[in-house]
Amino acid sequence: MNEIIYSFIEYFIGQVSNPWLKMGIDVFIILIQIAAVVVVALLHVAYATYFERKVMARMQVRIGPTEVGPIGLLQPFADGVKLFFKEDIIPANADKPIFYLAPVIFFASALTSLSVLPFFNNFAVANINVGLLFIFAMSSIGAYGIVMSGWSSDSKFAFLGGLRSASQVISYEIAMGLSLVGVMIMAGSLNLSEIVRAQHQYPTGMFAIPQFIGFFVFLIAALAETNRLPFDLPEAESELVAGYFTEYSGFRFAMFFLGEYTGMLIMSSVAALCFLGGWTIPQFITNALPFLSYVPGIVWFLLKVYLIMFFYYWVRSTFPRYRYDQLMGIGWKVLIPLALANIVLTAFVKILVKGL
Amino acid sequence: MLAKLFFGYYAVVIIFLSLLVITRKNPVHSVMWMLLLFFHIAGLYLFLNAEFIAAIQVIVYAGAILVLFLFVVLLLNLREELQVERFVGSWPAGLIIAVAIFAIVVNVIRSFVLAPPGKYSIEYIKEATHTKALGTILYTEYLFPFEIASLVLLIAIIGAIVLAKRKTRSH
Repeated sequence: MNEIIYSFIEYFIGQVSNPWLKMGIDVFIILIQIAAVVVVALLHVAYATYFERKVMARMQVRIGPTEVGPIGLLQPFADGVKLFFKEDIIPANADKPIFYLAPVIFFASALTSLSVLPFFNNFAVANINVGLLFIFAMSSIGAYGIVMSGWSSDSKFAFLGGLRSASQVISYEIAMGLSLVGVMIMAGSLNLSEIVRAQHQYPTGMFAIPQFIGFFVFLIAALAETNRLPFDLPEAESELVAGYFTEYSGFRFAMFFLGEYTGMLIMSSVAALCFLGGWTIPQFITNALPFLSYVPGIVWFLLKVYLIMFFYYWVRSTFPRYRYDQLMGIGWKVLIPLALANIVLTAFVKILVKGL
Repeated sequence: MLAKLFFGYYAVVIIFLSLLVITRKNPVHSVMWMLLLFFHIAGLYLFLNAEFIAAIQVIVYAGAILVLFLFVVLLLNLREELQVERFVGSWPAGLIIAVAIFAIVVNVIRSFVLAPPGKYSIEYIKEATHTKALGTILYTEYLFPFEIASLVLLIAIIGAIVLAKRKTRSH
């Protein structure tokens, strides 16, 4: 990627020798990459809402949005414009600086996670060695946005929603982290690109098959981590109006909304990268059907991401909401022991079978 | 030059943020400044090529410990108590202890000798990746202290559960 841009620049202004100029060009390339990733990801987020409404409508024997644009395709933009021009209301007793800051923390932490995701071979804004840990770190920072919005609104519904969300996110973060340890053991790395490459070398081509326990735990923990049904207790409308963002309106509300869907996109991407092989497909498939190897990697990656997004919507329209004590029971008494057992099992097999 | 500039920035900002944390009247604002402080400490680790420690700093301190602080602060509902006098009566004793510790630290630093560079040079860590180098050394050379540390943490966890557990039957 960088080589292409470099050769393009050299074509126009000749060999770059000045080190400061070289650094400037590097920074410029990174800025372009960031802009491209953010714009593309936000477009995906916009259409994820449309996708969700259509899928849920079909599952509930409705037809979903149809009015704006052909088959309702411009609906996300109409929603965005509406939210942008809505009045921004701030409660009189709100703690103003924190009330302003909370949605920014929530949205920014979700967007920052995008920087370490390798969308296709050799493309990630920051290809760092601790990519997986970085995603955990950012998702735990997102919890601050939720707690602070709940506290600063000075409303009991928002406050209860914030408290519920914080304890839920902390509890399920443990299960999620432990469920990925099996993948780390098998791949021998925390770098997301390395994990995908290790999967491609592996006979099954996907860690979801040997790591089925980890995959199961991860999918459930990801639902809870992004506050989605059936674990959306923090925004349970029958108990808490809208939970932590009850007092938010206009574009500040939109930031929570976008942050939640970006979070879903990131969790789906992590599942696709760590368990489903990312931008690669299993080698036995390309051996049987060689023409499939000409399909660009980003296509496979997006197909996998949308498969998991569909799973999110499917679960949402199928299951009723859990009770809060049931949610904590599942997290601490089922998922964490399962994930721990998976780590022990994977480590044993790794030691006994050398070629794994 | 650039390295010194970075270190200077982090050092100054960390001191400034620590002061902000202990001088805010509102404990929730203190926690928010502390969050920023933890990010700067993580940045300092990154600057020292310790990427694993930097990530763990954010996950453990900012993501878990500070959220628990926040819980305590929120559940106490300190909004009404913000008018209370800020300093406790025993501050002269605290000041004397602080000055004494500062004097000791200044005196100790003078006898500080830089150790000869060992096996774990920056090149070695870049080659082996920081996580792997740290894991190998923790589980081979420092296995015993590592296990003792984890045992101490386990005892703390069990202790907390014993303290918090409601007695269902009275003996």
